[in-house]
Amino acid sequence: MAIFLDNSSRIIVQGITGSEGHKHARRMLAAGANIVGGVNARKAGQSVDLDGQSRPVFGSVAEAMAETGANVTVLFVPPAFAKDAVIEAVDAGIELAVVITEGIPVHDAAAFWAYACSAGNTTRIVGPNCPGVISPGRSNAGIIPADITESGRIGVVSKSGTLTYQLMYELRDIGISTAVGIGGDPIIGTTHIDAIAAFQDDPDTDVIVMIGEIGGDAEERAADYIASHVTKPVVGYVAGFTAPEGKTMGHAGAIISGSAGTADAKKHALETAGVRVGKTPSEAAELARELYKQL
Amino acid sequence: MDLYEYQAKDLFAEHGVPVLAGEVADSAEAAAAVARRLGGPVVVKAQVKTGGRGKAGGVKLAESPEEAAAAAEAILGLDIKGHVARRVLVTEASQIAAEYYVSFLVDRANRTFLAMASAEGGVEIEQLAVERPEALAKVAVDPLVGVDRAQAVEILRRGGFPAEVIEQAADVVVRLWEAFVAEDATLVEVNPLVSDPEGRVLALDGKVAVDASAAFRQPGHAAFADVEATDPLEAMAAERDLNYVKLDGQVGIIGNGAGLVMSTLDVVAYAGARYGGVQPANFLDIGGGASADVMAAGLEVILADADVASVFVNVFGGITACDAVANGIVQAFELLSQRGEAVDKPLVVRLDGNNAAEGRRILEQAGLPRLVQVDTMDGAADRVAELAKAGV
Repeated sequence: MAIFLDNSSRIIVQGITGSEGHKHARRMLAAGANIVGGVNARKAGQSVDLDGQSRPVFGSVAEAMAETGANVTVLFVPPAFAKDAVIEAVDAGIELAVVITEGIPVHDAAAFWAYACSAGNTTRIVGPNCPGVISPGRSNAGIIPADITESGRIGVVSKSGTLTYQLMYELRDIGISTAVGIGGDPIIGTTHIDAIAAFQDDPDTDVIVMIGEIGGDAEERAADYIASHVTKPVVGYVAGFTAPEGKTMGHAGAIISGSAGTADAKKHALETAGVRVGKTPSEAAELARELYKQL
Repeated sequence: MDLYEYQAKDLFAEHGVPVLAGEVADSAEAAAAVARRLGGPVVVKAQVKTGGRGKAGGVKLAESPEEAAAAAEAILGLDIKGHVARRVLVTEASQIAAEYYVSFLVDRANRTFLAMASAEGGVEIEQLAVERPEALAKVAVDPLVGVDRAQAVEILRRGGFPAEVIEQAADVVVRLWEAFVAEDATLVEVNPLVSDPEGRVLALDGKVAVDASAAFRQPGHAAFADVEATDPLEAMAAERDLNYVKLDGQVGIIGNGAGLVMSTLDVVAYAGARYGGVQPANFLDIGGGASADVMAAGLEVILADADVASVFVNVFGGITACDAVANGIVQAFELLSQRGEAVDKPLVVRLDGNNAAEGRRILEQAGLPRLVQVDTMDGAADRVAELAKAGV
């Protein structure tokens, strides 16, 4: 099972002919993901070589889906073209669109999210500006290294890529069911809450780890959701306790404005909801390990 | 990127939002000249990217060019909450009948845009939102539909604007929305929006933030780069395309990935509490790749910071394996020594993740002076804080 992604996932790459798209298509395939093709309207009918395996390039997502049965797309399309590419994926009715692209204008993200909503949310959008989704041993859609850990029973959802890797690494003795990198932009598709809800329903996940960071109130809202909907143990970690107000720390969304969005406020909200919060990534991993062993 | 009031008002004017005539000035003489051109009483306003200017003495009424010069003289150089006023905006003084509030912004929680409006403008809106939330209307705006006149009327009606003002103000709101979209803004705020005794509606103040990610289609926004207010080290980092933020502490930080670097700052601050309150000196994310060139550029900026007493390189090998990162560090030392810049401060390196053992071996073999390896993030933070305290 796992969430969002499993052995049956058939993946296409939008932007497979670009350097990033090609590199990561090769990596995903090497990691065992079922990469069935790619999309580039100007190179339709050609094929790409992924370390000796040839995959077709289609003119559109709809065509790729019709020819290959793809149900997942991973987007490495440059920021200027990303909005249209996501809308194309939504129009084709694909189940999951993982938007890796960094630096998409927030007006474009707002537009494609509104479009996906108006189309009935038939396409789950993860990202933008995210490392993607991995269900170790099953499938991999994005840029999360496949060799950090094997399949296990901890679910991870995070705004940050490298912190996801760090937590996966620290929990490699138990393993991960699915890790979802939701991205650090101001407007994202899948949220902490969406992933936590899916983990709650996933028979392969026993403990949920959520990694947040300063800015916005997503963690606070997740805390409310956990308090009323989640029975599985949840461990939290929030980065940015020492971040000063008004400074953007790398992620476009990571900015403290006024009293809102501080790490302390998030930690407090999570603990009030019964979430055990680690002060450091190692401490969070240790808490998750403890809770897992108690089950 | 936040804009100054005068830049915001220039954008407003371009998009047909009515503002008072005015010009920016960087000296008392220039302010007097603007006042002379405008004729009549003027208001001289400090240009700083923070609120509370009025209370800090940053806004003055002047009846004559001489008074405008004196006002500018008093305001220029004024430090308002850490922001130094380098320019003043000199505008016509207005007759105010009533003050209102209107804004458009990104609503992260609802993944859309939001309009806010209140008939009680001219006050701190954060305070109003807490004390009298019912006085501040919040109306979701569908990015695919936008704001037409009917929607603008609805926003103002819910904000409690009087009927006779709504007629005029609705046009202004539509134009503000057009500016919000056309400029890739993340915030457009007018506080106060005023009506004058003749019934004209004007933006008396303006706050605009534009999206740096849209720079590729907003060539005009490059002019908003705030060169003189930028910290010199931040400017140096920007020249090298580094994602760097200057902080106040003593431990230089280099890491890969924004979340991991934020986490590193925390861990160093926790450890620093055990060593007399040592703090991180900066945020620096060298990204997933962590090539030798980027590592060298990062070290260069951090070593240029006189406050830095020790440096923490915290890398988790993901896509780029740790052996590549270790080679990057070795090459960075070579590059710096070729440029005649020795690494003269202690460096604590923590490599973990993909191929960490090989990475550690490479660093050990290179025998770099003043480089210490610690295997865990928490342990490395403790060591680097200890070294910073010893070096301060």
